[in-house]
Amino acid sequence: MATAVMQAPDFRTERRVTSAYLIVALVALFGGAVTGLLQALEHAGVTFPASDWLLRSYYHSVSVHGVLNALVWTTFFICGFLQFIATRALGRPLASRRLAWGTFWFMAAGLVVAAIPLVGNAATVMFTFYPPLKAHWSFYVGLTMVVAGTWGVTANLAMTHRAWRREHSDERTPLAAFMSLVTFAMWTLASAGLAAEMLFMLIPWSLGMVHGTDPLLARTLFWFTGHPIVYFWLLPVYVSWYTLIPREVGGKLFSDPMARLSFILFLFLSAPLGFHHQVADPGIHEGWKLFQAFLTFAVFFPSLLTFFTVVASLESGARARGGKGWVAWFFKLPWGNPSVAAQVLAMIMFAFGGIGGLINASYNVNLVVHNTAYVVGHFHLTVGTAVTLSWMGITYWLVPHLSGRALWSRGLALAQAWLWFVGMLIFSVSLHELGLRGMPRRTMVSAAPYLQDDWKGLLLLVGIGGTLLFISAMLYFLNLVLTVTVSRQPAPAPPEFAEASSSAVESPAIFDRLRPWVALAIVMLVVAYGPVLFRLVTTTPMNVPGFRVW
Amino acid sequence: MKKGATIYLYELAWILPSIAIPVGMLSALLVTAFGAGIHVPSDAGRVDIATLGQKAPFDKLGLVEIGPLRYEVRMIGQIWTFGENEIHIPAGSTVTFLATSRDVVHGLFIPKANINVMLLPGLLSRVTRRFDEPGEYPMMCHEYCGIGHHLMGGKIIVDPRS
Repeated sequence: MATAVMQAPDFRTERRVTSAYLIVALVALFGGAVTGLLQALEHAGVTFPASDWLLRSYYHSVSVHGVLNALVWTTFFICGFLQFIATRALGRPLASRRLAWGTFWFMAAGLVVAAIPLVGNAATVMFTFYPPLKAHWSFYVGLTMVVAGTWGVTANLAMTHRAWRREHSDERTPLAAFMSLVTFAMWTLASAGLAAEMLFMLIPWSLGMVHGTDPLLARTLFWFTGHPIVYFWLLPVYVSWYTLIPREVGGKLFSDPMARLSFILFLFLSAPLGFHHQVADPGIHEGWKLFQAFLTFAVFFPSLLTFFTVVASLESGARARGGKGWVAWFFKLPWGNPSVAAQVLAMIMFAFGGIGGLINASYNVNLVVHNTAYVVGHFHLTVGTAVTLSWMGITYWLVPHLSGRALWSRGLALAQAWLWFVGMLIFSVSLHELGLRGMPRRTMVSAAPYLQDDWKGLLLLVGIGGTLLFISAMLYFLNLVLTVTVSRQPAPAPPEFAEASSSAVESPAIFDRLRPWVALAIVMLVVAYGPVLFRLVTTTPMNVPGFRVW
Repeated sequence: MKKGATIYLYELAWILPSIAIPVGMLSALLVTAFGAGIHVPSDAGRVDIATLGQKAPFDKLGLVEIGPLRYEVRMIGQIWTFGENEIHIPAGSTVTFLATSRDVVHGLFIPKANINVMLLPGLLSRVTRRFDEPGEYPMMCHEYCGIGHHLMGGKIIVDPRS
């Protein structure tokens, strides 16, 4: 109909697609929270309640916890949230709604295929699935489908942007849309490592088509993707911190060009540094480890740009609300808004998570912390709080918007965010300290013969912190369930994108281009990984058999 | 116009320290690596898994004295043991650990000696440290290696020199 063309898009499909992704993500997070509680209690000395029909062992639980939280909750939330954000920012629907649904169902099917062996204890290999631990083939096939599905989102966003560009040839891409595109471009490049590991190594090996594998090549390909995946989790959070939060706190984005610059830097600096996860690996020369440590420090630069821009934007809002002083303005932020409170608390935690991350990446300092409980403490600050608590804050406006019903209780939401903050403080600080005292990660430590006396008090705190986190998570789910079932108030409008004090037109035109930066990213990957990967691929005997030892 | 200029100034005032901080940390790191000589595990070559246990260095396992106060500890990690539960060495010894894995990925973690290296089947891991302080040094596997992972451990015992 001719009139339909004239109307503003209603985004009905986009809302449904986003809702579908969000439901999967939240169900995964629920499973992750339950398993997490059991593991934290194990550390506090409660015998792990292994059973024949659900969680067979502590390690089965850790595998489920890692896959659900780090792979499913993250990936599905990102695909839902950024498709929602990008289409709003561009003011047009997705280029292909069929592709959008096809992608979702392909990923959901992959998830089911991977979940069957995972839940059935046939893939108790952790979310890092290092061979020669050998899971059932369907675990690898399912996860590969989830990863390949994300490329469908990339394609759809790129096509949508191209359609927008045809009608707006002399405008700058709206910031939130540009950031969404960069996030998926970065991820698509980075996911090549994982895809290669799956398609050329793990899938043929687990199907019995080839006899052996090579653990070092597999680990190298895994971390090729495994470090940039943390930026895939983090950049959608930055989208909210840069483009929504400034307005939610009543201020302006400090600088649009700085925001673009930091995302462009993330595009080509996120990937060529996975060796800092393999500092303790044999078979890789220490020179390469040092080189990638340099690059890791380079990626600290856009993180600091983000820190500055986001805090300056918060300050502009707080001052507009009457905030004064060097520090006192901070208390004038709209702390009564659960979406803001959750995300600002997440930012505070992330400052410590970022510093801890630099310690991990610091070449020889890594020997103190590698594979210890310190690392567990670290990523519960980053993906477990900076990312997860921010996304909880986002869902406090997104779920009401998608369901058309106001949040059931703002007070409960505020209590939930603070409880997460306090619980994580106790949980994470204890784990950091346990790591420094030499406690290994991913270990059923209460049953370990080497359990040290000076770990026990801290392990109790891990149990207490984990319990608070679990209660917080349950309050979160309760609030969302009551919102979509019981709440009768109409939902308020979702937050609008923030204006910028220093706007996009002041930035050079290359800050709105993607291809040159993608090309640079590929060059960086070839330089940082090419020689080592070439040597490994050409010299590995590929003769290591698989084991199922759980 | 004036407002824009102020913003540029703020941007610059942040960009410069954002470069200076990582550069400063990197310099500290280079000093410890090359000045103080604290290295990370490097490429020590491959191990043939078909003949594991028959050829040097893994034809003779355990503690091997290679000179005055110089030792090698040769270990093959496997589910769920290092093969050695207690290794005694005299204080002041310099010990080179030569290790690999017979099955899945394991880790050799001796926190009090700052030893932290992965053991991968088919690859040789080599770490050298000096043990000056007498006492017990717990040794554990720090990579998930199956249902008995938490049982995989042992001790280095550094005996005081009489």
